[in-house]
Amino acid sequence: MTLRLRELSVQAAGRTLVDRLSLDVAAGRMVGLVGPNGSGKSTALRCVYRALRPTSGAVLLDGTDLASVPLRESARSIAALTQESHTELDFTVAEVIALGRTPHSRGNGPLTGRERELCRTAMDRLDVAHLADRSVLTISGGERQRVLVARALVQEPRVLVLDEPTNHLDVRHQVRLLSFLRGAELTVLTALHDLNLAAAVCDRIAVLSHGCLVASGAPAEVLTPELVREVFGVDATVVRHPRTGTPQLLYDFVPFDTSSPSPGAVQEGTR
Amino acid sequence: MTKAPVTSGRTPVRVGTRTILVLLSAFLAISVVAGVALGPTVVPFGDVLHYLAAAVTGGRIGAEEVTDYSVVWEIRTPRVLLAAVVGAGLSVVGVAVQALVRNALADPFVLGISSGASVGATAVVVFGLFASLGVYALSAAAFLGALGATLLVYLAARSPLGLTPLRLVLTGVALAYGFQALMSVLVFLSPNGQAARTVLFWLLGSLGSASWESLPLVTAAVAVTVVALLRQSRALDVLSLGDETAASMGVDARLLRRRLFVLTSGVTGLIVAVSGAIGFVGLVLPHVVRILVGSAHRRVLAVAPLAGACFMVWVDLVARTAFAPEELPLGVITALIGVPVFISLMRRRGYLFGGR
Repeated sequence: MTLRLRELSVQAAGRTLVDRLSLDVAAGRMVGLVGPNGSGKSTALRCVYRALRPTSGAVLLDGTDLASVPLRESARSIAALTQESHTELDFTVAEVIALGRTPHSRGNGPLTGRERELCRTAMDRLDVAHLADRSVLTISGGERQRVLVARALVQEPRVLVLDEPTNHLDVRHQVRLLSFLRGAELTVLTALHDLNLAAAVCDRIAVLSHGCLVASGAPAEVLTPELVREVFGVDATVVRHPRTGTPQLLYDFVPFDTSSPSPGAVQEGTR
Repeated sequence: MTKAPVTSGRTPVRVGTRTILVLLSAFLAISVVAGVALGPTVVPFGDVLHYLAAAVTGGRIGAEEVTDYSVVWEIRTPRVLLAAVVGAGLSVVGVAVQALVRNALADPFVLGISSGASVGATAVVVFGLFASLGVYALSAAAFLGALGATLLVYLAARSPLGLTPLRLVLTGVALAYGFQALMSVLVFLSPNGQAARTVLFWLLGSLGSASWESLPLVTAAVAVTVVALLRQSRALDVLSLGDETAASMGVDARLLRRRLFVLTSGVTGLIVAVSGAIGFVGLVLPHVVRILVGSAHRRVLAVAPLAGACFMVWVDLVARTAFAPEELPLGVITALIGVPVFISLMRRRGYLFGGR
C-alpha cells in the first residue's frame, strides 16, 4: 500500500507544528523520519495513525483520503507504535497483544484459532513469548516496547507507523526489530533518533526541521556533513559501511563551550 | 500457554470466570433470601418462604399474619433487592469511571455527582423543597442536583482536545468542593437543628426509603448500563492503553469517553437518588474483581455487578440489624467491612494498581 502525505499542516495554540509536509512512502518500502527534538516528527505520524486531525492537507492511503474513512476501517490497514502507551491496568502481555485484533472483530467474542496463531507468531518474532502471562506493569521498558510492536503486528496492517521504535531496546533487539521491519512486506514509516540506524535500514530518509521537510532521498544523498551540521548542529564525518556501503556518521565531540550558539540559532541563521 | 515465571508476582492459575459467575449467582440468591429472612423483627424462616411464595404466586395468608407479611414483602424484599441493584450499579459504574478517567483512584463520585446530589437533597431537608412530591422529594432533588453537577462538570471540563481524563478528574474534584461548601452553608443557615444529622445520614447512604416503587427505574438503568458496557468491553481495554494508541486501533477515545460520561453520570444520579452517596463500593469492588479475574473488561464487567450486589445485600443487613432498632449508615459499614477484606486480598495477591 502506498502512503502519501500531501501538504500536511498542523497548527496548535498558534504555532505551526508541521508545515506543508509532503512525503511519499512507496508500497513495501521503509522511510525514516529524522529531525531534532520538536521538529514535528511525532505530530506528523499522529496524523497518519489518526490520533490527530491535520489542520490542512491530507494523508492518502492508495489514493484515498483517510479523513473520508471510518477510524476503525483505516486501523485495519495502518497500525502504529505510539510514543506514550502507558496503561494503568494490570493486563497480561498476551491480553495486550490480543487487543491488536480490535479493529477486525465485532463484539467481544474470543479470538479464533487463526487469530491465536497470529498472536503466537508475533510473540515469537518479537521474542516476548516467554512473557505471555506476565503483567505488562512488571516488564521492562524494552520488553514493553517489543510487546507493543507485537500488538501492532497482530493488527495485520499493511502500513506500519512507528514513533521511535528502538527506544529502550538493547542493541540486540534494536538490530533484530529493524531487520525484521526491513524484511517484512510492510510499508513502514518510522521516526528514528539514531541517524546511523536510519541510514542502515531505511530505503529513504526524510529530514524534518521546524515542521518543514528540508531533505528527502536515499540515505547517501541526504546524510551529508553539511545537512547534519545545519539541522542537528553537530559536526560529523560521513564514512561508508565497509560491507554494505551505507553512510554512517562519526560525530565530533568538542569540549563544551557555553558561548557557542545552540543548534536552533544555527538553523535560524542559515535559513 | 506456557507457565508464568515465578518472578511474575501473580498467580498463574485463575479460577475460571464462568465458575466465579455461577458461584456468585448462587451466593446472591442465598444472600437475598437471607436478607429478606433476617431483621430486627423475628419472622420464622418457614413463614418467610411461605409469604414469599404467597406474594409471588398470589396465595392466601391469614389475617393474623398480615404484619409479618408486610414486613417481609412490603419492607424487606424491595429493600434487599434495591441493595443488590445499588451494589451492582456502583461497582459496574466504578469500573467504567476508572476506565473513563484512566485512574485507579476514581470512583462513581469522582466527577462531582454525589456532591451535586447532596446539595439537592440538603435543599429538601432544610427548606422542604418539592414538598408536593412527598416521599419522592429527596430522590427527585438529589437526581436534579446530580444532573446539574454533571452538566457543570461537562461544560467546565470540555476542551478542544475533548474530555481529557485529568481535566475531568480535576474539574470534578474542584466542583465537588464548591458543592460541599454550598451544602454546608445550607445546613448552617438551617433553622432546623435536626437538618445536619439528616443530611449526614443521607450522605453516608441508606436504603431506608426503599419501596417497590423505587425499584423499576434504577433497576432498568443499571441493567442497561451493564449491557451497554459489556458491549464496549474491548473498547474499554483499548482505552486504557491511552488515546493515541486507541486511535491507531480504530477506537475513537473522545467519542467513547463522552458516551461513558453521559451513561455513568445518569445511572449514578439515579443510584444516589434512591440510596444516598454510598462510598467505597465503587472504588474498591472493581479492584477486588480485578484481583480475582484480571483486568480484561469482558470479565471484570461480568463479575463486578454480581460481586457488588452480594456485598451490598450483606452490608445493608448488617446496617439494619447490628444496632437495631437504630440503623447504621451504609457508608460506615462498607468501609468497616471493606477495608480489611480489601487490604488482605491486596497483600495476598501480587496485584498492581497501575504502579510498579
